[in-house]
Amino acid sequence: MSGRNDIDALIDLMARLPGLGPRSARRAVLHLIRKRALLLTPLSDLMQTVAATARECLNCGNVGTGDICEICSNDARANGLLCVVEDVADLWAMERSGTFKGRYHVLGGTLSALDSIGPDELRIPKLIDRVTSEEITEVILALNATVDGQTTAHYIADQLEGRVALSSLAQGVPIGGELDYLDDGTISAALTARKRL
Amino acid sequence: MTLSGLHLQSLNLSHFRSHKRAEIDVDSRPIAIFGPNGAGKTNLLEAVSLFSPGRGMRRASAETMTRRPEALGWKVSGILTAPDGVHEIAFQSENGNPRTVRVNDKPASQVALGRIARVLWLVPSMDRLWIEGAEGRRRFLDRMTLSFFPEHAEATLNYEKAMRDRNRLLKDQVRDPVWYRALEAQMARTGAVIHANRVAALKALAEAQENAETSFPSADLTLTQADGDMPETEEALAQALADGRPRDVMAGRTLIGPHRADLYGVFQAKGVPASDCSTGEQKALLISLILANARAIAKDFGAAPILLLDEVAAHLDAGRRAALYDEITALGAQAWMTGTGAELFEELGQRAQYIEVTEQDGQSCTKQIALSS
Ligand SMILES: Nc1ncnc2c1ncn2[C@@H]1O[C@H](COP(=O)(O)OP(=O)(O)OP(=O)(O)O)[C@@H](O)[C@H]1O
Ligand SMILES: [Mg+2]
Ligand SMILES: [Zn+2]
Repeated sequence: MSGRNDIDALIDLMARLPGLGPRSARRAVLHLIRKRALLLTPLSDLMQTVAATARECLNCGNVGTGDICEICSNDARANGLLCVVEDVADLWAMERSGTFKGRYHVLGGTLSALDSIGPDELRIPKLIDRVTSEEITEVILALNATVDGQTTAHYIADQLEGRVALSSLAQGVPIGGELDYLDDGTISAALTARKRL
Repeated sequence: MTLSGLHLQSLNLSHFRSHKRAEIDVDSRPIAIFGPNGAGKTNLLEAVSLFSPGRGMRRASAETMTRRPEALGWKVSGILTAPDGVHEIAFQSENGNPRTVRVNDKPASQVALGRIARVLWLVPSMDRLWIEGAEGRRRFLDRMTLSFFPEHAEATLNYEKAMRDRNRLLKDQVRDPVWYRALEAQMARTGAVIHANRVAALKALAEAQENAETSFPSADLTLTQADGDMPETEEALAQALADGRPRDVMAGRTLIGPHRADLYGVFQAKGVPASDCSTGEQKALLISLILANARAIAKDFGAAPILLLDEVAAHLDAGRRAALYDEITALGAQAWMTGTGAELFEELGQRAQYIEVTEQDGQSCTKQIALSS
């Protein structure tokens, strides 16, 4: 092989994916090429489609293929519970555990004065609107136990106090442990044993 | 005291500062390290200081510890006997990245490390502790506090993180009171823990000094505050922070809280402030505190801490030196001590083990010396 060709470029890009390194990227690309009809072509078609359609839900911040995500458009999920998470990955982790039947609100980060991330950058005003417009009875704060996560939880609790019941995930979520890294059982247990604020 | 105690059985350095490679096997006795200036003695102590949470006794970044000119990264590892068993602990940094900690081959946090090992040190730069700024004394106090309460490190980190954010709001003149309240709640929670830990540590130190037979002078220590009083409870601190906002906006930083604490020391027998004592007396007070701290930990933790005494012997007259060695031996502490010449450790005799460090072509060489009896 001489020079850099498209295959090398593809390997380089794949190696940037979380969980992959140069070695696993080479193996993946080789595998794709060998399974051209079965994997490579359908994958590239789907990637193009997703590149065109993936977007953030205007209501909750989840990533889906429409303006409003499937959870927000499903009436069965309007049970009065709203779970606030930092990141889409946290939402997907909660969904994977299958215990939570309400809706979500993705903040897209945590308050951090040092990084110039304030309430307006975090969809907090939208959250406050939703509590009224969607007749929310309980807001569950599923934020990480980091300083930024807890500051954000405190901020939201302060804003919503007296307007809605507030709770946070029970202990057992390790300090600084991100939801996405927890197993389903731990997430379910933390949700079931959530405590009132 | 338990039989196992707390000590390193071995220490291995790879590309750490001036040491390209060093493999040292030791027992629980004190370790006397001697050799000419610049040989690499303090570098060995610094490697041992990594076994307690934080950046080590020079507070250096992982990058500065990497051996130059190679600058590829470094590794320090050791087998540590602790009251709860034997642990293999390894620190590593590659390509200037922050160091990683592994305990028994698994990644470990700094807090976990703090629960396993206790390390205290006295280094020449602390000679001016009593006369220089409050920051050094606060750091000294927090090191002692950390030796009693491993979770003190976490409270301090979290407090400082929340305070940096609050200071940023102050500087940017942000007016959102809810945001301030949220940060102040974090500061109040962690700040009250920091304060309570410090108070408890000082109490333990005072008791350890009171009940001791020692030839070193006792120091009376009081926790003071830059201005005003330290609000003791979480609620009081939260209230004080809220009340202080207008003043803090003017200053552009937070003016109340445990980060404004100071340590006031008095040479007990004479009633003279430590800052007015002679150079030798100031040093003696520090040694006295380290020994008291070690005694208190021995009682609390079940084993005396590892002590790192850099160039301590050189500053003591022969009588004081002998007294120090006697007290260290009585404690059963594995004290790593440095000095330029072997004669500084004469009084220790067979009670210690000896390592000679020399430098050749920019590389440190360590040699374990057997005493002929
Ligand atoms: N990252 C590094 N790479 C290579 N050498 C280093 C590094 N950092 C420090 N050194 C060198 O290590 C040498 C030994 O330092 P060390 O402080 O251990 O000496 P010492 O034996 O304690 O001397 P003294 O008796 O003067 O205190 C110094 O000459 C210093 O320049
Ligand atoms: Mg030195
Ligand atoms: Zn949605």
